Amino acid sequence: MAAIGGRLAGRTGAMPTADKLVVIGLLGLPLLLDLLFIWAPALSSVVLSFTRWNGIGGLHTRACSPPPAPSILQNGCWYGVQNYHQAATIYPPFWPAVAHNIIWLLVFLFIATPLGMLFAVLIDTGIRGSRIYQSVLFLPVMLSLALIGIVWEFVYSQNFGLINTVIGHTGNGNAIDWLGNPRLDLWAVLAEGSWRQAGYVMVLYLAGLKAVDPTLREAALIDGASGWRTFWRVIFPVMRPINIVILVVTVIESLRAFDLVYITNGGNNGLELLSALVTQNIVGEVQRIGFGSSLGVVLLVVALVPISAFLYQMLRREERT
Amino acid sequence: MSDSTIPLPSTQAHVGRRGLLKGLAGMAGLAALDPVLSACSSSGSPGGGGSANSITFGSNYSDPAPKQAFAALVAAATKKTGVKISVNTVDHNTFQNNISSYLQGTPNDLFTWFAGYRMQFFAAQGLATPIDDVWEKIGGNFNTAAKALSKGLDGKYYFIPIYNYPWVVFYNKSTFKQKGYTIPATWDDFIALAKQMKKDGLIPLAFADKDGWPALGTFDIINLRLNGYDYHIKLMKHQIPWTDKGVTAVFNQWLELMPYLQSGANGRIWEDAAKTLEKKQAGMMFQGTNQVAAQYVSDKASLDDLDFFPYPAINPAFGQDYMDAPTDGFMLAAKAKNPDAAKRVLEYIGGAPAEAAYLKFDEWDVGLAEGLSVPSYNSIQTKSVQAISACKSVSQFMDRDTDPAMATAMISLIQKFVDNPTTSTISTIQKSAEAQAKTIFTS
Repeated sequence: MAAIGGRLAGRTGAMPTADKLVVIGLLGLPLLLDLLFIWAPALSSVVLSFTRWNGIGGLHTRACSPPPAPSILQNGCWYGVQNYHQAATIYPPFWPAVAHNIIWLLVFLFIATPLGMLFAVLIDTGIRGSRIYQSVLFLPVMLSLALIGIVWEFVYSQNFGLINTVIGHTGNGNAIDWLGNPRLDLWAVLAEGSWRQAGYVMVLYLAGLKAVDPTLREAALIDGASGWRTFWRVIFPVMRPINIVILVVTVIESLRAFDLVYITNGGNNGLELLSALVTQNIVGEVQRIGFGSSLGVVLLVVALVPISAFLYQMLRREERT
Repeated sequence: MSDSTIPLPSTQAHVGRRGLLKGLAGMAGLAALDPVLSACSSSGSPGGGGSANSITFGSNYSDPAPKQAFAALVAAATKKTGVKISVNTVDHNTFQNNISSYLQGTPNDLFTWFAGYRMQFFAAQGLATPIDDVWEKIGGNFNTAAKALSKGLDGKYYFIPIYNYPWVVFYNKSTFKQKGYTIPATWDDFIALAKQMKKDGLIPLAFADKDGWPALGTFDIINLRLNGYDYHIKLMKHQIPWTDKGVTAVFNQWLELMPYLQSGANGRIWEDAAKTLEKKQAGMMFQGTNQVAAQYVSDKASLDDLDFFPYPAINPAFGQDYMDAPTDGFMLAAKAKNPDAAKRVLEYIGGAPAEAAYLKFDEWDVGLAEGLSVPSYNSIQTKSVQAISACKSVSQFMDRDTDPAMATAMISLIQKFVDNPTTSTISTIQKSAEAQAKTIFTS
């Protein structure tokens, strides 16, 4: 009896084979893809970052021999933390790149994204011509970042560009070198990036605003709340899910910044970004794969900070509920 | 035509927006690219038997004019040798960026490349086949300088040159005639002329360095004039430290010239600098014929008005003995499927008739073969030949004579100098260049 009961219990707990296959397929396939295309490359970058390798020939576990050996023979060898050490101490673009990545994130977080939200709120109030504003502001989002970089070069070009022509500074004595002056070009490029980001955020936010129950607004109005108070105390909290999406989009967009600086000058001269430095070292005729990988790992670590913060918040909230 | 890789330099040619875009597309498709390249090569030589007389040729001559010239060269080679050649043209930026994986995968039998350390590097990695047997037959067609350019670090031949072009100072004949300027032969004359031009309301020297590599040419020429060819080569191979006094002297000399260079160079592409010369807003411009003359042709400006002179002498010990004259040519891949037929083709290419066939469609480069006569040469090309043959040695350009990682480092350091040309910048640059060179070359 007991044995039969046990078997029965087992049977009810077990899934039919077909169901099992479905579960394995649905879980296993994404897991496999995730491992194959996300974790494998990420982990191999970490491993490669401890080697010195130009991509030709194989890798081995021997340590790179000390200096007197010709560099051409120092290939595919174990290099310890030398790549990281060199990046931090003698690679001049490294610290500017870290700083620029952080500036990029801050400008997107505190200027571009709030601007987009402001546009959305203004358009949502139904001002005259709102459809036109909406289209005009959304237009840049439809362009690729590479194209945006090219379009803005015509705006910024020092002798032939729109801005300098309008303000009459195209001469060789007084031209403003928007994209060539290392103290100006990051801000010029951030203006390009914000131009697109604001439109993107506007569309996301506008969709969220349209979905807000109008009775909330009416109730606030009846209670005598001002426009600002209504937005800040009623609408904004209701839009939490959208706000989180926008925050994530903003962080992602700023960490993957690359196209604009690459198109503008390849990521030199005031436009250093970690992503551009990784490209400079890894994609190219002669590659410094180990060194480039170490820069990639640094970018990964930088990206992990906001990602972990976000996940931590999300998971904690789920536990609470 | 320009190979400016990312910032990866490479000299030549018009790195236009189109090129950048293509480069970007190439990067995006990096993983996909190798199979594409190899697909062509494998389809080109199916099996062994029937393909004995056909080869594949990987080409980065992707812009219309060089592509046409290359097609003429290939047609002439097939006619002469009977070897069928299928050409696999890849955008030049993409081609250069993927060269490592291309050569390690299934490369074409022959491929287009550059002379200098840039060639020696891949030869030393065992990715190219030595072609000493070809050179035994064609050796008589080239002078010693061209032969030296074609050898790897092991002393074996790996390269057949097709054309080169000089880096010289361009000017408009009409401007010089109208203002009564004379060609400066020495540094003092050069500075005096620049001063006069400035007084006359001209930009003395049009200058651009947004792409990063053009200013390397100015460093090269001042270095060659001041310290000579051997010093240049040793510095490029890091046998002389970047903190050396000779390097300081080069930057100090350049400092003296700075007030006469077009300002805001880091934000200007060289095409725009060439346009200021075309419009006669600038008096002179120092760059390669492959850029300035080619730009005049593509803008339909008056090529007849364009003329040049070799960079003025600085140190009497070296006079005007050297210049950058980058050389392009062809190599045989180590994994070539049909090396015998490929060598027959190379043997034909390494001679005057092949160069003439190519140059019929090229208005700015010049051939290297001895006894070459090209009726289609314009006055710039005729003069280029004289200028190059007047040199005791020609260098290839910084991004071809040194490790590409070092060239990349120098690009950003020299942009710093252009942005803020002071003695303190110079010493910072030298220290940083040396620290980076140590990790790139020896550690």
